[in-house]
Amino acid sequence: MSETPQELHYTNTHEWARLDPDGTVCVGISDFAQDALGDVVFIELPDTGTEVAAGAEVAVIESVKAASDIYSPVSGEIIRVNDQLTDAPDLVNSEPYDGGWIFVVQPFSDNPNSDLLTAEQYQEFCETNSNEH
Amino acid sequence: MPFIPHTSSEVESMLQTIGVKNIDDLFNEIPDNVPVANFQAIERSLTEMEMVQRLAERAKQDELASCFLGAGSYDHHIPAAVWDLATRGEFLTAYTPYQAEASQGTLQLLYEFQTMMASLAGLDVANASVYDGGSGLGEAILMAVRCNRNARNRKIVIGGAVNPFYVQTANTLVRNQGIELVQIPHENGVFDPKQCTVHDPNVVVVQQPNFFGLLENVDAITNWAANRNAMVIAVVNPLTLAVLKPPGEWDEAGADICVGDGQPLGVPMASGGPSFGFLCSKMKHVRQMPGRIVGRTIDANGDTGYTLTLQAREQHIRRAKATSNICTNQGLLVTAATIYMSIMGVSGLRNTASRCYENTQYLVAQLEATGRAQRAFNSPYFHECVLRCAGNVAALTKSMITDHGILAGYPLGELDESLDDCLLLCATEKRTHDEIDHFVELFNHILEEG
Repeated sequence: MSETPQELHYTNTHEWARLDPDGTVCVGISDFAQDALGDVVFIELPDTGTEVAAGAEVAVIESVKAASDIYSPVSGEIIRVNDQLTDAPDLVNSEPYDGGWIFVVQPFSDNPNSDLLTAEQYQEFCETNSNEH
Repeated sequence: MPFIPHTSSEVESMLQTIGVKNIDDLFNEIPDNVPVANFQAIERSLTEMEMVQRLAERAKQDELASCFLGAGSYDHHIPAAVWDLATRGEFLTAYTPYQAEASQGTLQLLYEFQTMMASLAGLDVANASVYDGGSGLGEAILMAVRCNRNARNRKIVIGGAVNPFYVQTANTLVRNQGIELVQIPHENGVFDPKQCTVHDPNVVVVQQPNFFGLLENVDAITNWAANRNAMVIAVVNPLTLAVLKPPGEWDEAGADICVGDGQPLGVPMASGGPSFGFLCSKMKHVRQMPGRIVGRTIDANGDTGYTLTLQAREQHIRRAKATSNICTNQGLLVTAATIYMSIMGVSGLRNTASRCYENTQYLVAQLEATGRAQRAFNSPYFHECVLRCAGNVAALTKSMITDHGILAGYPLGELDESLDDCLLLCATEKRTHDEIDHFVELFNHILEEG
């Protein structure tokens, strides 16, 4: 059973989003997603300074069996990317919620999490969709 | 004769399941105004004997006294062993096998091919081939645009005399993706970046030697492009890489992508095809590279094995977002080219390239000595040269082929009116001095008669 930390928010495209005290949103992919992808071998990171809309393609994650897009859960500007993933993309597998974070967005809105799923909603979503990821 | 194994009751039950009356209904979405092929116009099937006769008749049209035509396809000697080996049952397929890893011999051959091409280009990686030079250029442009996604525009500079047929093919592949090819006219036969009207190109395409056979100042062009953060695509003739500076070493940065047509490496001209393309690049761009790539690894027993790698971005996995629609390679022609390169070796390729150069120098000198032809451009050339002729070039080439069985070069007036009196000529290592002398004599004679 995959982990779904309560304090995070989620999307139905399997990103997690963490609203940090400084008002920025840190983004990664869920434990469920990394497990479905298999061994991650490469991550095409976005450029900092890029402005993105919620739901926009931001990065590409490549595993041994698939290459998938990562979408921004919120609208804003990308202010940081996890350069460590260039040399150690497997952090996404081993620490999806810590060392495997992918990028940080400075959101345009004050309440960026309003459209996102809670941990319970996401868990339910995964259970009903676990046959088709 | 249709090869459909389903019985009519099976077809009926499938149609019922999906709720369609008959098979034609499945195609209702095709608009009525789309032209319909007239299959009745196709002639009746031939017997084996008739077919052999007809093909033998057509093959005869390829028999020439001699060939001075290049323009993208070249008449090189092919050692007998090349096609003797390439057509062995183990190799004789045009396709990468499904469950590719079951065919270790095929994969090893592709791996060796990639190694040879990357080493000729002076770049880190090569793929297992693309369809031909023209589509290869299209793929290279799409790849470069993916790599350079931060660029301010999607303008691709075509620097001077890049093979116009490649440009046409590439344009077909890229024009609907918001990519604009900007042709910069050549300056005295070569590309001069100072004449470039695009100040911040996304990609610069340069051909070496160019379509006119001339050598471009590739170091200066690469430098110019690098200063503008533009990707550089080198279009090359692989044979010439045995003697010319490889694209990976152009200026300090090197070209980013090298692409070209592999026909000179053991593939017959065969009236213009088939052929294969190759595509090499710097390692940092490898994830945007289209097509198949074979890697070397070790198997469960620790023995060397070969496997297709970097497939996650291919069409069968990534669908609409794949790097390319190319999920295959030119297996058979690549097999021939790999055998050709192994037989020739570095010194063989270098000797061949040098002989082509010397023969073309001789041909040009002899033609100029007639006083009826003169080089159109001053830059150094490799094994092709544009000559301005005193007389009707179209009539000359026609008379040469019909009366003497000689392909007398490419009349450039077909592409550019200002070159109406120009002929693009090539003398490969196969042209003897006797053949060249005979050709020059006929050339002089035909133009004299007017």
